[in-house]
Amino acid sequence: MKYSVRLTIAHYYDQPAANSRHLIRVLPRTLAGRQRLATHLVEIFPEPESRTEGVDFFTNTTTSCFHRDQHAEMSIRLSCHVEMNAPMPWQDMSPNVAELRSICNALTDLGPTSALHFMGPSPRLPPNTAIHEFATDLFDATASTCENVIRIGKALHDAMTFDATATTVDTDAAEAFRLRRGVCQDFTHIMILALQSLGIPSGYVSGYLRTLPPPGGVKLEGADAMHAWVRAWCGPSQGWIEYDPTNATLVGTDHIVAGFGRDYSDVAPIRGHLRSSGGQKNTQAVDVAIAG
Amino acid sequence: MQKTQPFANGLNGKNLLASYSAQGKPLNDEMLFPDGTVKPVWRDFFEHLSRLSTEELGSRFSRGDQYLRDAGVLFRQYDETLSTEREWPLSHIPVIIGEDEWQVISDGLIERADLLEYILQDFYGDNTLVASGQLPAKLLSQNPAWLRPMVGVGKQGAPLLNTLSFEIGRGPDGKWWVISDLIEAPSTVGFAVENRIAMGRVFPNFFAGANIHRLAGYFQAFQQRLMDIKGRSAGEVALLSPGPMNQNYAEHSYMARYLGLLLVEGEDLIVQDGKAMVRTVAGLKPIALLWNRLPSAMFDPLELESSSMLGAAGLVEAIRTGALRTVNMVGAGVLETRALMAFFPKIARAHLGRTLALPNIATWWCGQDSQRDHVIANSARMMVGDAFSTVPLMADPRTTAFGNPGDEPRAQQLADMLKTRGHSLVGQEAVTLSTTPVWQDDQLVTRPMCIRISMGRTETGWAVMPGGYARISAGDDAKALAMQRGGKVADVWVTSPQQVKTPSLLSASKNAETRSLTHALLPSRAADNLFWLGRYVERAEQNMRVFRAYFARVSDGADHSDTLPTFIRNELMAGVAPNASDIAERFGEPLALALQAASRISDRFSPDGMMALRGLVADAKALHTRHVPLEEIPVEISTLLRRITGFAGLVHENMYRSDGWRFLSIGISLERAANMCELLTACLSADPASGAMDLALEIGDSVVSHRSRFQIAASASSVTDLLALDPRNPRAVRYHVTRTKDHIANLPTQLEDHHMSHVARQVLLLETHLATCQPADISPEVLDQVKQDIWAISDTLNAYHLA
Repeated sequence: MKYSVRLTIAHYYDQPAANSRHLIRVLPRTLAGRQRLATHLVEIFPEPESRTEGVDFFTNTTTSCFHRDQHAEMSIRLSCHVEMNAPMPWQDMSPNVAELRSICNALTDLGPTSALHFMGPSPRLPPNTAIHEFATDLFDATASTCENVIRIGKALHDAMTFDATATTVDTDAAEAFRLRRGVCQDFTHIMILALQSLGIPSGYVSGYLRTLPPPGGVKLEGADAMHAWVRAWCGPSQGWIEYDPTNATLVGTDHIVAGFGRDYSDVAPIRGHLRSSGGQKNTQAVDVAIAG
Repeated sequence: MQKTQPFANGLNGKNLLASYSAQGKPLNDEMLFPDGTVKPVWRDFFEHLSRLSTEELGSRFSRGDQYLRDAGVLFRQYDETLSTEREWPLSHIPVIIGEDEWQVISDGLIERADLLEYILQDFYGDNTLVASGQLPAKLLSQNPAWLRPMVGVGKQGAPLLNTLSFEIGRGPDGKWWVISDLIEAPSTVGFAVENRIAMGRVFPNFFAGANIHRLAGYFQAFQQRLMDIKGRSAGEVALLSPGPMNQNYAEHSYMARYLGLLLVEGEDLIVQDGKAMVRTVAGLKPIALLWNRLPSAMFDPLELESSSMLGAAGLVEAIRTGALRTVNMVGAGVLETRALMAFFPKIARAHLGRTLALPNIATWWCGQDSQRDHVIANSARMMVGDAFSTVPLMADPRTTAFGNPGDEPRAQQLADMLKTRGHSLVGQEAVTLSTTPVWQDDQLVTRPMCIRISMGRTETGWAVMPGGYARISAGDDAKALAMQRGGKVADVWVTSPQQVKTPSLLSASKNAETRSLTHALLPSRAADNLFWLGRYVERAEQNMRVFRAYFARVSDGADHSDTLPTFIRNELMAGVAPNASDIAERFGEPLALALQAASRISDRFSPDGMMALRGLVADAKALHTRHVPLEEIPVEISTLLRRITGFAGLVHENMYRSDGWRFLSIGISLERAANMCELLTACLSADPASGAMDLALEIGDSVVSHRSRFQIAASASSVTDLLALDPRNPRAVRYHVTRTKDHIANLPTQLEDHHMSHVARQVLLLETHLATCQPADISPEVLDQVKQDIWAISDTLNAYHLA
């Protein structure tokens, strides 16, 4: 299946900004056997004074840009084609969680894909007792790691209400959990904390969802902006599985991966720093369609 | 200080010694052998001390303290948002160590430094230490000080560590231990130099004759090292400081001046085309090497801690591409992680094939069962704290001691904690430190101490500073834990049996060229602060003059509600209430702001200027709080005015004619010219019979000039001529517009050929306007326009040079 992905992020400044530098992580990744980034273009307006492409620690593609002169607004436009392959038939090869923990204790690889980075805590996710208790109540020691991941993701989905007005991009997971409300970022953060509290390595995935469901399907939540979901490491045989707690589903060909990280701060689509005396307004629009 | 008579003719050495050793623990003392006799390296000093009287000592100690006060060396403490300053807590008795013993310490620390370099390269390189099982993976993967964006930099090839400090203590067996490795931004060297200079004032005669190793040679070598690292790459060597709010800012500013480095803060820096640049009044200039004094995580808000206001966006990228070098490597602070100390001995054995000559305090990481069990089993002599903290365990108020026998519930609680979250905890042996003499209540008392030692990489390997500073505990509890608060610092003397070399940094001519170049660069932020310093001081002076004119009339019998006092309050003092303290606030506040601006640029402002300003602020405050009788206010304020004029004199007589001086001077001129416009506007609009014209002359300090130039009583025409248009009156608007024009003409521009900058054009137009005006042309409306023009010049100047 081939998708056409379009994203526009725009910043409008109350007072003109200058000397601004941004780090952008919006480009879909290429994942062997699953996802391939074909033609792609990231445009920045106004034209930045300098621009560099790079790769971060987790091997996500980054674009860094610098605007020296004053400007009242700045926008980023991504357009690309991504080819997706259907996943292998689902098969649970994961050990139980106790076994997983001892496997994790023996890990010594610090490379970017190692589960070691995803055992917490991370910059945005300090451990939280309430979330830990939520996870403990659901935990089934006799079940496999995958079963526990899915069970917790599903329960979280049922306990939470999707509400785009209840939280902001800066809301922490503990607060969103207390409210039992939030958006994909909150669902994802809470689920990561829940899994980590049980000793299951888990991380944050940013990406895109197809905007319109296939005929007969249901439109998924979170398709109008960049989306987020969870990846959990279920042992060496199973590897990473991905689960979308906002939509209570294992991830298939409708989820296009842009970035892997520990939490939002590792994969924020845009991180910026600028000199301006006023506030700013941000907008984001996403369109993911089947390409011709 | 209390005075006691018995030692009036010199402190008797025997008495001194008897009372010192009577304190019962010469067992592990720096000065005394266990049998109570003085160690050979201390003998000369001890004899010298014994020959002095209590009075002599008192006056010598205060000479040293005076030096530190004058140099602005203060001890800053932070409590959440509040910062307090107190006197630098110098203990006037040195700690003396012989050069043979120092050599042993140095060799041990150098070995340790090389090990740290090896470990750091591995952490940010191939990670073999974790892969081979020598180090638990969690100590990096869950460590906030291991900065993932820096991974790979360890393989760039160049050494990652170039300057290090260590805190060491002497255990009961007489051997030295490393208490902490200070990697990231250790404040040692600047304070050591200041202590040394102060001690030179306390014991001048002794110092000249004694064979004490000098510190300057060390700095020459380190300065050379910085230049070598920078190599041939174009650009400046700068010291990046968190700024004046940081407790070590005085040291940063001192070191920048001492080593001839550009002192910058994050907001001075911009990354452009992958290169770090400093914003100066002459535009962007490249930086080749940063001596980073920020916590690493704060270095770059884009890739590290996003809330950081201290660093600059893009710096990490500049490091990765190799365009920027830093001392030390950003991320090196990971080596300070407490739990690592548990693994250094093992790594040393594997890497060096032997144990470290200077080991660190025995440490156990409780994330491993065997280590945790050891901590629980030996809990009586353990301290326990956060495994990932980089604060030395003994200096951390959150450290818990298993401590007191009999406190069983607490011990149980700790044991439980170790079992459930052991991987986040370390246990460390509670060490007992050696003692050293401190002068207190007219006698020597024993106090526990540790020494902070600094070393820097040179062309030929590590060089250890021959001296350092000792931190001395406030109480007499010899447990390291007692070091936490209220202690003192002492100079450490390394002595030799032979005569020592006496190099001086000033003789290092090799870098003369580089240094003058650095001084020519003026960061925009510094220029901005100098500009505002000028403006605030001038504003304070103007408001003092108005204040004096007001109270001259009131103390002369006028009522607050009379016409002229009312006019002054409403038109010249923004309608302030008629009481002295509110009115005094009108100059107290700008003075305080002036001091603030000055303290942000203490590296470019003379200590004399700082002192004068501090004195002014203190006196203005005193006037505020002291009850001064009404009739004495004008006299008091005249004294203050003389002092503020003295400050202006200092600026014009003593400051080097640099761009910085120009910005300060422009600040003064623009503020004075604009204030004069306001004064004249108000006085010209007032009733001519009210005495407003005389008032204008008085506030404008031009009564005498008026008398010599005009044979008439003050009129609107004569006063505007003298205060607005006269090019020879340093109180006149035109005089200061001309001066501003001259300064602007001398500022660096990025324009070519004959083109004038916008601001130069603006000021020339205004000057021409004033030069071609007749007194009759000057109306309140015209003056108001002139004032607008002056502020427009200020805005353009800001946008062009300071933004």
